[in-house]
Amino acid sequence: MTEIFGVPIQALFGQLLIGLINGSFYAVLSLGLAIIFGLLNIINFAHGAQYMMGAFLAWIGMTFLGVNYWWALMLSPLAVGVTGVIIERTMLRWLYRLDHLYGLLLTFGLALIVEGLFRYKFGISGESYPVPETLAGGINLGFMFLPKYRAWVVVASLVVCFVTWYVIERSKLGSYLRAGTENPQLLQAFGVNVPLMITLTYGYGVALAAFAGVLAAPIFNVNPVMGSNLIIVVFAVVVIGGMGSIMGSIVTGIGLGLIEGVVKSGMVANLLGAIFDEVPIVGSIVYPVKLLFSPEASAVTIFVIMAIVLLLRPAGLFGRER
Amino acid sequence: MKRIAMGWVALVIAGLIAPFLVYPVFVMKVLCFALFACAFNLLLGYTGLLSFGHAAFLGSAGYIAGHTIKVLGFPPELGILAGTATAAVLGYVFGSLAIRRSGIYFAMITLALAQMVFFLALQMPFTGGEDGLQGVPRGMLFGVIDLRETMNMYYFVFAVFMIGFWIIYRAVHSPFGQVLKAIRENEPRAISLGYAVDKYKLLAFVLSAALSGLAGATKTLVFQLASLTDVHWHMSGEVVLMTLLGGMGTVFGPVVGAAVVMTLQNYGAEIGEWVTVLTGAIFVVCVLAFRRGIVGELAALFPVRKP
Repeated sequence: MTEIFGVPIQALFGQLLIGLINGSFYAVLSLGLAIIFGLLNIINFAHGAQYMMGAFLAWIGMTFLGVNYWWALMLSPLAVGVTGVIIERTMLRWLYRLDHLYGLLLTFGLALIVEGLFRYKFGISGESYPVPETLAGGINLGFMFLPKYRAWVVVASLVVCFVTWYVIERSKLGSYLRAGTENPQLLQAFGVNVPLMITLTYGYGVALAAFAGVLAAPIFNVNPVMGSNLIIVVFAVVVIGGMGSIMGSIVTGIGLGLIEGVVKSGMVANLLGAIFDEVPIVGSIVYPVKLLFSPEASAVTIFVIMAIVLLLRPAGLFGRER
Repeated sequence: MKRIAMGWVALVIAGLIAPFLVYPVFVMKVLCFALFACAFNLLLGYTGLLSFGHAAFLGSAGYIAGHTIKVLGFPPELGILAGTATAAVLGYVFGSLAIRRSGIYFAMITLALAQMVFFLALQMPFTGGEDGLQGVPRGMLFGVIDLRETMNMYYFVFAVFMIGFWIIYRAVHSPFGQVLKAIRENEPRAISLGYAVDKYKLLAFVLSAALSGLAGATKTLVFQLASLTDVHWHMSGEVVLMTLLGGMGTVFGPVVGAAVVMTLQNYGAEIGEWVTVLTGAIFVVCVLAFRRGIVGELAALFPVRKP
């Protein structure tokens, strides 16, 4: 079997695919966070809980109401989006004139409430959601086996990301949104209903999270804490990319997912070992770096990258200071 | 000033008689968390920096104290010092990275770094993973005081709390504390007045981390246990809640907040998952309607008459 730096090629592509899938989720979630932050100046801590709600509503729909996957993919984000609209109308709107921190604290509280309610109702063990029949099975690409559903997840996430990017950067509606990010008072003076726009933006950002949740349901175990573990990684992604640009969030999300996959395959550690192990002093200096990028440490890869980025480019890769 | 003095007297009297009225181990728990919340308040209330990763300092100090006492055979006072020093070093590293950004980014960075510590605590061999470090001996303080006696342990914890609390009080009411408040109120202006703002922020961060570590190490000694709960992000959220509920930027607020939250958890244990829901609900109510916290609202009800 062919090997690249001591990693079997099938294992490498397997990890790359997992990385690409994780990266798609990072992209969709950080995109939602970036849109919400742009207009509301609030970091939505409840994003992870809303992602989890998306997955759970799909499961509830299937188990109790017989709603199939494709309907769930539309209805679940819609339902979560409506709850988002209610939250914005009843709570978040009172916080816009205060320090940004209060928005973070309020949404943190909401995340705890949602997580606690689902844990009370469904326990911690989780439920499984079957892959829809049309997407069951996979394709043999010769160098690897590609499950159809996983390919669909990547394609669907990318499409949603690029449609969102296109609407915001290229359409009339998007120009209002960008204007609202720059100067809401002036935009309102031109007769645009800014409060409504803010409400709908929050609803859309939240719906994106739920959409990611439904996509994730057949891959991961659907459980009440699936979102809170993910959202912390997404925060690191957002710090690395900076929230200045939509395309930046998408690229950073997918890129970091792929890097995580490569690290998990063990290639980075092998490569560093191959180059530096023989060199006398440098070898021992590189050794801790090798440990940080070893497969066992892949859970912290993104946090390590975040620390490096903060040292070199404090504003993030695509960010600007504000 | 008179009111602050009254607060001190009340605190000392309450601390001295509390173990005769309430279960002492519970009071010790409250004291540890009160110190933790006060250390956190130094950063959030007085410097205006929201750290969402303070559990990392509480937890890592607990692990180091537990490990040095149990495995290396340190006496309790040295074990606690080792834990505190570790938290201070960790605070220096986190602080240097996090102060490069401000506002919500600061919160997200500290949260992410703390999550890194959580993964390390889960995977490193000496922490005992999911089981934690169990059976940490309390030992003899300074070789003479037997900490296995609950009352000895209690008054030791109370002394540690008072020392930590006094350090924070002095720091806040010193020129250093005034600069911190200036940074909170108007950072560009503090910079233009010639203060090296980043150094002040970093020093406040290290001080806050070290005192959180002191609380964590002491807590390990009380419960003879260091576990993953103390490094989990829920704990970081809890300390924010204690400070917010008690009153950000007030001297006694975090103590009150810690007592209320701990009482709630202690007596709310039977409602299970609802504790999480209730915690979240308190957050929401505090942010929407009650931003000054318990002590802050009381202070606003009885304003001090200016002479």
